[in-house]
Amino acid sequence: MALYRSSPGRRIAAGVVLVLLVLLPWLLEILDQSFYVSFASRVLIFALAATTLNLVIGFGGMVSFGHAAFFGVGAYCVAILADSGVLSAALAWPLAAGVAALLALLVGAISLRTRGVYFIMITLAFAQMVFYLVLSLKSWGGDDGLSLLHRSTFGSLDLKDDSTFYFVVLALLTLVLAALDRLAHSRFGRVIQSIRENETRMEALGYPVFTYKLVCFVIGGGLAGLAGALLVNQSGLASPSLLHWMQSGTLMVMIVIGGVGSVFGGVVGAVLLLLCEEFFVGISPHWQIGLGLVLLAVVLRAPLGIAGLFGWGRNRE
Amino acid sequence: MSDQRATLLDVHEVSKHFGGIYALNAASLKVEAGEVHALIGPNGAGKTTLIHVLSGAMPADAGRVLFAGQDLVRRPMHERVALGLARSYQITNIFPRLTVLDNVTIAVQARVRDWGSSFSFWKPFSLDSAIVAEAHDLLAQVSLAGLAGRRALQLSHGEQRCLEVALVLATKPKLLLLDEPMAGMGPDESARMVGLIEHLARRVTVLLVEHDMDAVFRLADRISVLVGGRIIASGDPEAIRADADVRRAYLGDEG
Repeated sequence: MALYRSSPGRRIAAGVVLVLLVLLPWLLEILDQSFYVSFASRVLIFALAATTLNLVIGFGGMVSFGHAAFFGVGAYCVAILADSGVLSAALAWPLAAGVAALLALLVGAISLRTRGVYFIMITLAFAQMVFYLVLSLKSWGGDDGLSLLHRSTFGSLDLKDDSTFYFVVLALLTLVLAALDRLAHSRFGRVIQSIRENETRMEALGYPVFTYKLVCFVIGGGLAGLAGALLVNQSGLASPSLLHWMQSGTLMVMIVIGGVGSVFGGVVGAVLLLLCEEFFVGISPHWQIGLGLVLLAVVLRAPLGIAGLFGWGRNRE
Repeated sequence: MSDQRATLLDVHEVSKHFGGIYALNAASLKVEAGEVHALIGPNGAGKTTLIHVLSGAMPADAGRVLFAGQDLVRRPMHERVALGLARSYQITNIFPRLTVLDNVTIAVQARVRDWGSSFSFWKPFSLDSAIVAEAHDLLAQVSLAGLAGRRALQLSHGEQRCLEVALVLATKPKLLLLDEPMAGMGPDESARMVGLIEHLARRVTVLLVEHDMDAVFRLADRISVLVGGRIIASGDPEAIRADADVRRAYLGDEG
């Protein structure tokens, strides 16, 4: 992959999509489908989670199979804090991101000493350890999960209102995407992408490769924690399944379909996957066979993902 | 002349073994500032192992390596590069999927002592015009100026070797470790590389590992011969050519 370069066309496309997303709650109201506003929030939250994984895998070249751990830990942080009476989003959400980042620091500091398939396995192992730990803690709901009775409060904003919550999610996702776009073009972004391309060469040029990878891993993990904090507010439940390896796998499928190493790859993948799930699950419970075929087609025919097909990804030449 | 020069690299009785096999067995070598020092020896003599140990890709089991007065043994590779020690690889080691220009800019950017940290997350790199200008300058030095926009994998083998030299030069080294820069090259490409190394040698000290004896005797100020993990002789080309041990061990009937 070449280094990521955003084009004016791509930015205009992103702007148009953003305007449509801002108008979405009103459109749904006109169509009398307001139920879907909360679903739209869910899609955007998964888009955020997938984007953070894309930073780690697509830009940093670290194939982490344990990203759900950071996502789930963020969700549990908010639920546990709410359980003990702390409802302020200004406090709980950064804390959730902070705890997830701390966990990522711990996991990364050990896992990043390995390469290739060993790295995949060790991140998976850490995530499963966190999964079983949460499962065994009865005070946090064990396998029932921990309900969030009240959504977080955020100043004068009424997050209980689905539209308001949707706009907060959209604003955070937009911020993260803009920041990722900046990062991809910054010195740091060029360094991590070049490490993805040739780690040995980067070391021989004088870059402390391990430190760069760790910083990238921690940013990705911390932001995944933020996505988890949002998700528990949307669904009202911190469930152990959020930490399960299948959740890590789902996020990976999203970025593979959407476009690995493209700023918008995570968004495209999350939207497609969740829309398919929403609409095909009613047609057949075996809809995932279709998903498997789509995944196969993407990997074989369009390895840069859907975003790559439309030239939204990296420059291909 | 040469005994007035300062020693830049002092390798003292360095050993490295893999299981029971000694790839390096108390090898000692001195490279003086400003010279082209060639390291020759038959296949399996330990030449590449020595380059790995010097660059920090492999730890030495015993011995001492002094570079510009600093002990290198415990330093990681990236710190050695910052001190001014840079290497090329026997098998071309570049960023194949990046453009030629991106290859060089990322190498120039590595010099944190000149440009400040690469832990810059917000400012677009495109504003760092000084780095890009220097990269273009380096590409001109290795005669790749016209190919800046190509992907590195589209270059010929010889051009890729030159690109790697540009990457190494970008770190502003005091000592270049070149591991078989002419490997796999045709006669024209080899001649071009010899010219490039001659040009570089005016500014940088070079430790050159090479099998092409014509190139070695043309370029080297001094030659060391590594056989079975030991340096059996060190001296100027004439002395090496005449050395009985070397002829027996290495040059054979060629000498």
